[in-house]
Amino acid sequence: MTAPSDQAPARRDRRHVVARTDDLPPGERMIVELDGRQVGVFNIDGEYFAFLHRCPHMAGPLCHGDVIGLVTSDGPGDVRLDEGRKFLTCPLHGWEFDVRTGQSYFDPKKIRARTFPVEVERLPGPYKAETYAVSVEGDYVIVHTGKRNR
Amino acid sequence: MTTALLEDTTRARLWPGKVIDADVHANVPSLETLFRYQDQVWVQWARERGWSGPSGLNTAYPPNAPTTARDAWRLDGAPPASSLAALRSHILDPWDVERAVLNCYYAIDSLRHPDWAAAVASAVNDWLIDEWLDKDPRLAGSLVVPARDPEAAAREIDRVGGHPGFVQVLLPVRSEQLYGQRVYHPIYEAVTRNDLVLGLHWGGTADGAPSTSGFPSWYVEEYAAETQVYAGQLISMIAEGVLKKFPTLRVAMFECGFSWIPTWGWRMNKEWKGLRREIPWVDRPPMDLIREHFRFSVAPIDAGSPAQMKKIIEWLGTDDLLMFATDYPHRHDDDIAEFLSVLPEGMRPKVMAETARAWYRL
Repeated sequence: MTAPSDQAPARRDRRHVVARTDDLPPGERMIVELDGRQVGVFNIDGEYFAFLHRCPHMAGPLCHGDVIGLVTSDGPGDVRLDEGRKFLTCPLHGWEFDVRTGQSYFDPKKIRARTFPVEVERLPGPYKAETYAVSVEGDYVIVHTGKRNR
Repeated sequence: MTTALLEDTTRARLWPGKVIDADVHANVPSLETLFRYQDQVWVQWARERGWSGPSGLNTAYPPNAPTTARDAWRLDGAPPASSLAALRSHILDPWDVERAVLNCYYAIDSLRHPDWAAAVASAVNDWLIDEWLDKDPRLAGSLVVPARDPEAAAREIDRVGGHPGFVQVLLPVRSEQLYGQRVYHPIYEAVTRNDLVLGLHWGGTADGAPSTSGFPSWYVEEYAAETQVYAGQLISMIAEGVLKKFPTLRVAMFECGFSWIPTWGWRMNKEWKGLRREIPWVDRPPMDLIREHFRFSVAPIDAGSPAQMKKIIEWLGTDDLLMFATDYPHRHDDDIAEFLSVLPEGMRPKVMAETARAWYRL
């Protein structure tokens, strides 16, 4: 039985059902409170990502920032957009964080934003705690907090 | 103590190791000196016009300004540093210089005539070979170019850059456009093709003002504020991707001090983190590019008290950025003994010789 329980499990296993997939279409984001922390959950081109809503630089509201493709170049005059690599940018100073790893572009080893694994699960019924989950056919976005996504 | 003159001390007491002087000057004695190295059309042109040489020279170095030459180094009836004999007796011999990088600033860019400027540059280079480089093996030369015409400059670099006496191409630090911009890239192609160093030296006769906000009223303002011109060129060369396009380019900056480098580096590194996608070819922190691609002479030093100087040296974050220079015959009055005393011991031989040896492959 993997349905959410009222008993809080160990922190690293904590799972949060945060939204129906219908509520988070591609290009959208939502900021939810999980265990007292604000977490931004993003649907980027059909994939889900979650960041702590706090930039590692100066604690800026990271999840209000733009999601951009990577600008790459082999030299002056060559400017390309790599849409396959997405970065969340902090609205305060524009630092870029890889949506897959949280690593900053400029110093991936040392400076990284906190990310969380996100998964879409079709939960087995019946459901008792999730009163909004009335449809047993619904798809849910689930966020694990307390586990570092590396 | 004016250590440039070795007053009150001896070379061996000041520094017992090797010395490479990264910036000594050769001044053209007179335009007539160059006539034998020019096509006669330009000789006739100069005589017909009554032209005695590029006008920008006296703007960059007013003849009687104390910064232009030490009194002890002035010559009777000739510009300072205009003969090899003077350079030998003032610097090469008393300093027991192993090698010296010879720079000639003749303000050729102040001449707007594109063909004449190219002819004067060629004449200066041939004169440098004849009268200096071929006569003293201690000298390693900088060739000059008609900087306003990058294609012609590249041709001149290819014409004489292969002479074993030349190790550098000299550009005046003030220019019509910032040096990172693509119009200048043919120069860097030629510099790297000939495996030379690109040297930026005080001077240049840009149409714009020497400050970013107009013309200063006095020479002291212009000379003291020159750092902003060097910083502007440094930023431009990094931001425009010159070092990405020419990864083997070595740049030397003369007469600009170095105390501004760390604080500038902090600022540029900081801004790069958030703005770097505007210049995606800058793929590492700008200060890393400085450490990789730039060297600076220590004339002038501009580093305050010994305690302050020590901090600035630490802030540079590397032992390899600085090269000793007298900047003969220009006057800086820096105390080299004091400067050496604050350097970490392992850094002293690098500053006095080894960094320049590696940079210029001497």
